[in-house]
Amino acid sequence: MANKVYQRVYTQLEGITKATVSLRAKGVSNDELAVVGGKLSQVVRTKGDLVTLQVFSGTEGIPSNAEVTFLGEPPTLKVSEQLSGRFFDAYGHPIDGGPEIEGELRQIGGPSVNPYKRRQPSQLIPTGIAGIDLNNTLVSGQKIPFFADPDQPYNQVMADVALRADVDKIILGGMGLSNDDYLFFRHSFEAAGALDKIICFVNTTENPPVERLLIPDMALTAAEYFAVDKNEKVLVLLTDMTLYADALSIVSNRMDQIPSKDSMPGSLYSDLAKIYEKAVQLPTEGSITIIAVTTLNDGDITHAIPDNTGYITEGQLFLRADTDTGKVIIDPFRSLSRLKQLVQGKKTREDHSQVMNASVRLYADAQNAKTKLENGFDLSDYDHRCLAYAKDYARELLSIDVNISIEEMLDTAWTLFARHFTPAETGIKQALVDKYWKN
Amino acid sequence: MKTTGIVTGIVSNLVTVQVDGPVAENEICFIDLQGVKMMAEVIKVNGKLASVQVFESTRGLMNGDKVEFEGRMLEATLGPGLLSSVYDGLQNDLTTMEDVFLRRGEYTEALNHEKLWDFTPIAAPGDKVIAADWLGEVKEGWLPHKIMVPFSFQGEYTVKSVKEAGQYNIDTVIAVLINEEGEEVPVTMTQKWPVKVAIKGYKEKPRPSRIMETGVRVIDTLNPIAEGGTGFIPGPFGCGKTVLQHAIAKQGDADVIVMAACGERANEVVEIFTEFPELIDPHTGRHLMERTTIICNTSNMPVAAREASVYTAMTICEYYRAMGLKCLLLADSTSRWAQALREMSNRMEELPGADAFPVDLSAIISNFYARAGMVVLNNGKTGAVTFIGTVSPAGGNLKEPVTESTKKAARCFYALEQNRADQKRYPAVNPIDSYSKYLEYPEIVAYLDETIEKGWVDKVLKAKNIIRRGKESMEQINILGDDGVPMSYHVTFWKSELVDFIILQQDGFDPVDSLCPLERQRYMLDLVLGICERDFNFEDYEKCRDFFKGLINQLRQMNYSEFKSENFFKYLSNVNQFLEENGK
Repeated sequence: MANKVYQRVYTQLEGITKATVSLRAKGVSNDELAVVGGKLSQVVRTKGDLVTLQVFSGTEGIPSNAEVTFLGEPPTLKVSEQLSGRFFDAYGHPIDGGPEIEGELRQIGGPSVNPYKRRQPSQLIPTGIAGIDLNNTLVSGQKIPFFADPDQPYNQVMADVALRADVDKIILGGMGLSNDDYLFFRHSFEAAGALDKIICFVNTTENPPVERLLIPDMALTAAEYFAVDKNEKVLVLLTDMTLYADALSIVSNRMDQIPSKDSMPGSLYSDLAKIYEKAVQLPTEGSITIIAVTTLNDGDITHAIPDNTGYITEGQLFLRADTDTGKVIIDPFRSLSRLKQLVQGKKTREDHSQVMNASVRLYADAQNAKTKLENGFDLSDYDHRCLAYAKDYARELLSIDVNISIEEMLDTAWTLFARHFTPAETGIKQALVDKYWKN
Repeated sequence: MKTTGIVTGIVSNLVTVQVDGPVAENEICFIDLQGVKMMAEVIKVNGKLASVQVFESTRGLMNGDKVEFEGRMLEATLGPGLLSSVYDGLQNDLTTMEDVFLRRGEYTEALNHEKLWDFTPIAAPGDKVIAADWLGEVKEGWLPHKIMVPFSFQGEYTVKSVKEAGQYNIDTVIAVLINEEGEEVPVTMTQKWPVKVAIKGYKEKPRPSRIMETGVRVIDTLNPIAEGGTGFIPGPFGCGKTVLQHAIAKQGDADVIVMAACGERANEVVEIFTEFPELIDPHTGRHLMERTTIICNTSNMPVAAREASVYTAMTICEYYRAMGLKCLLLADSTSRWAQALREMSNRMEELPGADAFPVDLSAIISNFYARAGMVVLNNGKTGAVTFIGTVSPAGGNLKEPVTESTKKAARCFYALEQNRADQKRYPAVNPIDSYSKYLEYPEIVAYLDETIEKGWVDKVLKAKNIIRRGKESMEQINILGDDGVPMSYHVTFWKSELVDFIILQQDGFDPVDSLCPLERQRYMLDLVLGICERDFNFEDYEKCRDFFKGLINQLRQMNYSEFKSENFFKYLSNVNQFLEENGK
């Protein structure tokens, strides 16, 4: 960060908290960057000439006489084709030993797309995972998180989905990623030979938490460059948004803001929406699809972070371990893709939505049977058939290690129906039963 | 002379301005950011310091930047051309913006000033008129759009002249009035109105006395909403709030529909842009978009404009109501609006109420709901604004401030339930918790007796009772086991499942089932209640279950078939066969 020659240097801080410093300064603009004792910071509040700065890497070691210079600009990223295949930190500096990027300087966190200029998402993103393709089909331009407990293999599933998806660029925004997971992503992208279409912005657990606040905007500014300027299909992976929200609450807390639910800032919904709503299908071929991870506390989706996320995103994919089969499955009850009806039966076979609904309904009946079993009641013949079906369904379709085409998924479902049920028990439209029932 | 000021403090979109003259609460001002004029609204005044909420991102704003106050509140522009428009929360026309991205400080005209409208005069020289009286009419799509005496006019006026029939643009003076002082006042086809003030201009606001048909069985049959009524749909995410609201928007029996997408997903609005122009209004056979106005402040658009968006939407509805039309306002979601209020209250460091919401939240919500209603106009004709809002309760917990405040204000309650959504029982409206207060109105009971059939409300209550008893039986079965209860418990439970599957559940994506006219609702309810009144005998509970499952399957096929078609009657005869066989 080169200082401008005429830059005024301030040397008297009035207050220091763990995440912010305040000082008296003039001519400061909202959101602009400043350097405090060599650390990058951003203006978050001005009151008269009292300016509050949020210091990204924490205020440890900053003395009250630290030098402060203002840079006159909000955070920026240089964008060009050179971004491809590169790894960056939260400030957009290379961490892969390569050269700095040359390109056009863009402010991150820019304006939103005029809703009227958007197009309705309509392109299917097949992943091979039946828990997604069959039950919760993904569409380009969609935004959807994985809801998972910290012990679930969400990063692995996300990497699988990203590498199987037919996209031009994959942009990873890693927030509070463990070093092991960072290397995992790096290796799986390398192993797949996909490095040239990958761009990573990474903040690991070793980096200061407030730096994470820059990651999504960095990743999405790069995404907008490729989607809007280059008409490319871009997939953005954001993991883990819970840690991002935690960083938000740290800053708001230090600024003495009144917390709302779960000690999160009252603006959490808008803050998250600003990120997720960057997902877009443009009138050109370009699109931005966002797949994120929100880690949960023991499956609790009523916590403010998953709760607000659920209201913003177009569904969620819920990972859980299935006790019957010992596999990790995509939970058919809690998972949802809100855009699935835009492609189901239109880009896929006509029986798709009815098969999906019937298979989930029967799986729900199996859950009821299980409850009965646990309460020590006798099971009916139907209950037994439901339980047998549930096992097959979890193993052959819900499990995340399934990798088949959607056509095969539908055929598998019809096979399972015929194995365990009569057509009437499935409740599927007669015309479809006549056509697809496996005798 | 205009009051001016300079910026002295900035926290996100809350800006403090030192002013040099008088300012009013809710007054609009423009902040000059290097030539870009950003609109803002005064929300607090303290001595010479005014706190304003900026409707744009404040990035780059500096202390010392200049502010100019407008001496007026936030206004909506009213006139022909509102329908089929797509506006942001401040009524900027989104369709005429060039850029893919929304540019700061870019404000566009709400109405087209060039377009010519076919004008026909209604008033004649010499007529005595007051605010909201009709002077003339233009055809907006198929709707008679009345040109009215502006709502802001006070006292009585005499019509001096009215333009003869012809084609004029909205800025043409179509009438000249003379006020009580004898001065001439010109009237054009357009007028402005401050959105946060309710439009009066009617004689009285009687109790609603008709129901508004939506084609959704769980609403029309079980919990009907009145024309001019209010209702709300709370529910956790993923329970089908938006699908239900879109169904109401597509099928609702109203002349004008205003949809306020308030802090929700942009793709949902895109769905409306994409689908509505293709869809046909089942009541008039015209394109849906022709009767629809969309106000859209999606979740990533500036927060302050989110609050404005619901008021802008309501003002447009009230405007059309004054023409004697039936309007339906849908707001998705009012929780986002409340959150916008919370964000501002928080930044102003006000003492918070429950969950950090402002303490006057409840008052703000009930004031807003009170703007809906049926009215009798000065000329004796009636108009109505029906309002349905969705609420997104945090964590799906209905014991939170927005839900509780709304419950006090709205007369219909459609509780969406996670459990039903998990079981794919859509629309996931909880049949026991939900209610419509209108079923208790004697005028509505009489209306239903006349338009559907005598004793209809009793039938509805009977259906609700079947569901309630079914739930009790199910709880007993779950506690005591299938074998531990008498057969009658199973029969009671399955009768409630019959009502659930055939009446409550409806396939919103099926072309036939998604729209169920009242006549068909009557037919199906009679059929289902008829079955429920029969006595059944079964050897064991499995036979009972199989029988009802088979029966439900046939009845569902009826729901999927065109009403009174060959298929419909084929499945009906299957149903009767089922019943006969059990009768033996």
